[in-house]
Amino acid sequence: MKAVKAIRTPGGLSVRVDPRAALVALLLLAAALAVAVVLVGSGDFPMTPGEVVATLLGDGTPAQEFIVRDLRLPRVLVALLVGAALAVGGALFQSISRNPLGSPDVLGFGQGSTVGALTVIVLFRGDAFATAGGAIVGGLVTGALVYLLAWKRGVHGYRLVLIGIGIAAMLTGAIHYLITKANLVDATRAVVWMTGSLDGRDWSQFWPLLAVCAVLVPLSLAYGRPLRMLEMGDDAAYALGIRVERTRAVLMGSAVLLTAVATAAAGPIVFVALSAPQLARRLTRSPGPNLAASAVMGAALLVVADWAATSAFGDRRLPVGVVTGVLGGVYLLWLLVTERKAGRI
Amino acid sequence: MVDSPPEQSAARTPAAAAPEPRKRHALRAAGLLLAVGVLLLVCVASIAIGAKAVPVADVWHGLFQNSGTGNDVVIRDVRVPRTVLGLLVGAALGLAGAVMQALTRNPLAEPGLLGVNAGAAAAVVTAIGFLGVTSITAYVWFAFLGAGVVSVVVYVLGGSRGATPVRLALAGTAATAALFGYVNAVQLLDSAALDRLRFWTVGSLASADPATIGKVAPFIGAGVVLALLIARPLNALEMGDDTARALGARLTRTRVLAMAAVTLLCGAATAACGPIVFIGLMVPHLVRAITGPDMRWILPYAAVLSPVLLLGSDVVGRVVARPSELQVGVVTAFIGGPVFIYLVRRKRMAQL
Repeated sequence: MKAVKAIRTPGGLSVRVDPRAALVALLLLAAALAVAVVLVGSGDFPMTPGEVVATLLGDGTPAQEFIVRDLRLPRVLVALLVGAALAVGGALFQSISRNPLGSPDVLGFGQGSTVGALTVIVLFRGDAFATAGGAIVGGLVTGALVYLLAWKRGVHGYRLVLIGIGIAAMLTGAIHYLITKANLVDATRAVVWMTGSLDGRDWSQFWPLLAVCAVLVPLSLAYGRPLRMLEMGDDAAYALGIRVERTRAVLMGSAVLLTAVATAAAGPIVFVALSAPQLARRLTRSPGPNLAASAVMGAALLVVADWAATSAFGDRRLPVGVVTGVLGGVYLLWLLVTERKAGRI
Repeated sequence: MVDSPPEQSAARTPAAAAPEPRKRHALRAAGLLLAVGVLLLVCVASIAIGAKAVPVADVWHGLFQNSGTGNDVVIRDVRVPRTVLGLLVGAALGLAGAVMQALTRNPLAEPGLLGVNAGAAAAVVTAIGFLGVTSITAYVWFAFLGAGVVSVVVYVLGGSRGATPVRLALAGTAATAALFGYVNAVQLLDSAALDRLRFWTVGSLASADPATIGKVAPFIGAGVVLALLIARPLNALEMGDDTARALGARLTRTRVLAMAAVTLLCGAATAACGPIVFIGLMVPHLVRAITGPDMRWILPYAAVLSPVLLLGSDVVGRVVARPSELQVGVVTAFIGGPVFIYLVRRKRMAQL
């Protein structure tokens, strides 16, 4: 491996830092924040980045204060957190399944959350809050189901992936059925939700999301080293003293919860979980899960996609999921081609 | 089609376990007849059971003497077209699954899972949403285009030489995810398209009418014939490239014909009733347990037993959620999912 610096404090604590990974993470964070400022400034009442920053620092007019604080800032913060949560969830799953395509959207958790949310929308006519609850319950139940079904003297990567695919196909049937049950108004609402959208997000979505991320992202980062061992295969990890099944269960639980909470906040936005960890890995040129770099990459991707969705099509403000879907399709083809050449999938 | 394999090596069931080739053939032929009998029974059930239950005597009456009673109208205009479409689509999906499993030498290959149906769906959605196409005749061509392109793409990216089941399934799932994302996007931009499409994308036989059947039947018929004709070369293909070449099989030609058959079958089936998953996965596995690995028996069995499963699922869907009905695509997803999981959990992933 390349130069990895160990920083040791007098107290005996030591942190290993890969300079390139740290630099990449910092640059991505700066990019994400810059786009976030632009996104706050764009809309029916445009503001320059300078005005946005001034308003955030408390020097804006009352109108600017209202627009930034109450309308646009929560949306952008939700976008950043959702992107980060999806990316960390994706990175964890790709490491656990040892497959670059083993992301939550492919494994059925997105579909599970969708079934939960659509059940609330279509059968109970629930509000946005209840819909989010349905999405979390659906995602968690699906996660538990996939884990238990894939369990057979331990969970192995390929079985996890295939079971996930089978469950996802069943859930897709349920999703289509729920959409036919609905009247056209509810069906439209359901499809908007299914596509993934950040419209109308406010502080009440932001705080729960922040709370969950504040617990689970550091937890996942703390397990980064055992996870890297796990990537070498179960036997090697056992030999290195890793508690394989416990690590895997904790990290899967964390990944499922992150994905479910992000999905509850913004709908099942596809391909961020799949692409962010891969892009981060290519930029840092470091093997292993790259959780920190993935998180900022996911945040950056989602704000860029949201900015494109709201401003690139003229008057037509599309939901962000349309943009990630289209970009994701192109990215996926590229991934399949390059990974096939490298023999990794 | 292909000069070899010679007769004795084509029946490459474990020779020791086989009692005697002729006896086995007789058994299989008898089994096929039995399967046809079951299919007839399911057809009668499909005509007799529904929102309005029709006594079997009246079914007979409606079929052979049209005297215009209420039951006759239900049978002639609703149940019979629906049953015929189920027969066609079922046979198409089962054969497509069997051909794909042989072509990719992969036990989990299935048109629905590999994104072929999603490709057809995406093309049809494009036709409805952007090109203003409304007739089923035009759907069919778009569905062929979508099915053909996606089956080639998934096969090349995920399935050609040396693919693991996981890789092929992932390539197909990823393609499906991307394509259904696109389908959702089109539906969002145009709520009239959403209203038409949401019933089509679930996979249902409910909209069957004689005109639809007339339009897709020739394509499915051609696909069925083509699939049955390439049974022998497919047998050779399954032995692996080197052996097949040594036996004189023309690999490229067989692959191209097999892809053409899959495209015809899946495209027409999907155009007629939307994407239906798992039929093409389950039936060939079941059939292989009965017949052994010889494609010359697998294909006819699959063509007969797949409609049994599809029509059976359709009848179940009509009964379980009364007074409304569960679309057949939902029923097959819920029957097929557990079968798929069972196959994955089995001791070893069975190699073909």
